[in-house]
Amino acid sequence: MRKPGWIVYGLLAAVVLGSMFPLWWSVVVASHDSTVLARDRFPVLPGGNFFRNAATVLDTVPFWRATLNSIIVSTTVSASVVFFSTLAGYAFAKLRFRGSGPLLVFVVATMAVPTQLGVVPLYQVMARLGWTGELTAVIVPGLVTAFGVFWMTQYLRQAVPAELIEAARVDGASMFRTFWHVGLPASRPAASMLFLFTFVATWTNFFWPFIVLGPSNPTLPIALQQLQAAHFVDYSLVLAGAVLGTIPLLVLFVVAGRQLVSGIMQGAVKQ
Amino acid sequence: MGAATTAPPATSAVPVPPTPHRGRRGRLARLDVTVSPYLYIAPFFVLFLVTGLFPLLYTGYVALHDWDQIMGRGEFVGLTNFVDILTGRGFWRALANTVSIFLLSSVPQIAAALLIAALLDRNLRARTFWRMGVLLPYVVAPVAVALIFNNLFADRFGLVNLLLETVGLEPVRWHSDRLASHIAIATMVNFRWTGYNALILLAAMQAIPKDLYEQAALDGANAWRSFWSVTVPMLRPTIIFVVITSTIGGLQIFDEPKMYDQYGRGGADQQWQTLTIYLYELGWTRADFGAASAVAVLLFLIIVTFGILNFLLTRRIAHDDGGRR
Repeated sequence: MRKPGWIVYGLLAAVVLGSMFPLWWSVVVASHDSTVLARDRFPVLPGGNFFRNAATVLDTVPFWRATLNSIIVSTTVSASVVFFSTLAGYAFAKLRFRGSGPLLVFVVATMAVPTQLGVVPLYQVMARLGWTGELTAVIVPGLVTAFGVFWMTQYLRQAVPAELIEAARVDGASMFRTFWHVGLPASRPAASMLFLFTFVATWTNFFWPFIVLGPSNPTLPIALQQLQAAHFVDYSLVLAGAVLGTIPLLVLFVVAGRQLVSGIMQGAVKQ
Repeated sequence: MGAATTAPPATSAVPVPPTPHRGRRGRLARLDVTVSPYLYIAPFFVLFLVTGLFPLLYTGYVALHDWDQIMGRGEFVGLTNFVDILTGRGFWRALANTVSIFLLSSVPQIAAALLIAALLDRNLRARTFWRMGVLLPYVVAPVAVALIFNNLFADRFGLVNLLLETVGLEPVRWHSDRLASHIAIATMVNFRWTGYNALILLAAMQAIPKDLYEQAALDGANAWRSFWSVTVPMLRPTIIFVVITSTIGGLQIFDEPKMYDQYGRGGADQQWQTLTIYLYELGWTRADFGAASAVAVLLFLIIVTFGILNFLLTRRIAHDDGGRR
């Protein structure tokens, strides 16, 4: 293939700068005083006020609690999605049972159903269970997803040779032991992708947590919403909050972004 | 199935007749074999039933009642909720806003994603760097994106308006003008999703056989021509996929417009109130679960209609292009 010219690199650089600029800008604004911003209209470099702004953020909203909540929710949901999806994916890909074909079709079909629209009854269910305001109300509906089941089914079809399963069965291992020692280890690469995706999606989720969680027990996006409601015009504070709330996922992205990229590419080819 | 179907010589070399299980252990083992698969898939089905299907169906039931968030179910009112909503102004305004924001986000987004994918589909140096750079916005929560863009699009002292003034243009009233607010909100959506969609399209592009391009080049097609006549038609299924997912997401848009000012009601005159914000307001501000559910049912029907519609449309367009090849 022809070597790409400088135009290609130039355009790509513009796109990448475009994706970084809003983040950079929020760091710049978050590290200034609002009065400085009104005076000096185009600050390009960060100022020295970030930590003071951050401290105000921590005073205004239960930021640490929200961070901890977000970590708990995202980790639990992702771990659970990976486990249950692998279990179901293993059954669909490798075990023979009556009705497996139609059942898998059903799973895939549910992906087209916008479950968000059942919020009113779902909220009623949570209220009846006494879970409103509790993290369980956010965690439980996310425990396993159709996407996860489908993703693991596709992967495990190729990843586990049938003879390996047979060998384990011949050795007298129970079905679950076989899954644990053969299916689970083989699912590693796809499982880590699924974990990443679920983590990002859960971390950034706003609509359902906003409805079901109270202001005293928020996840990060809800805390940021509260911060804006309290300090709308003070952009330095609001954006300091946005920066603080984004850092954890940026760190994750720097560490695992490569995998996230190849995960998206892999998922697309399989559709 | 691939590997699973090829008979392995290794197993045939090991003569292990399965030990015949007898009695209770044997029955348990057989039970294990027949029941286990169902147990493994059960969590998904149980959860979907309880948190997906049941609420969705029950929404229809709630919509037919006078239903207060706190007082609970009142009397059966038939289609009154639907009539009220369809004859009111709020619903249609919210629908128009939603469709407007959706079109302003998905159309330019998919076009941009296609072009970015075409750029990435070259023999680039530092490939991973470019791909990661493009994907970066995807990890920023929509709520944080909204905060950042609120600042950029601020009516006074916002960077966008300052730049407009610098080049001698009038500042735009991003938070009061209806179309302007839609553009600002669509920008947030595009910021977060363009790179993600570009990578999905890129993956599909890389699966296109290279000899199609060689043939196009032999036929005298330039880069632009071969992009339209080879790449786009070959990407059809992926484009349909991207269009449909962005439709489902776009029609339910909530985060960005909700966060676009501090009140979260979609503007002083509901200039950017979307259907989901309208639903939220009916259900949780006015405590009218019946009306909120009716909106949910209508939104569901709209999503299904849009889904079918743009499936047919996308297929048609891609078909025509394929035919011209």
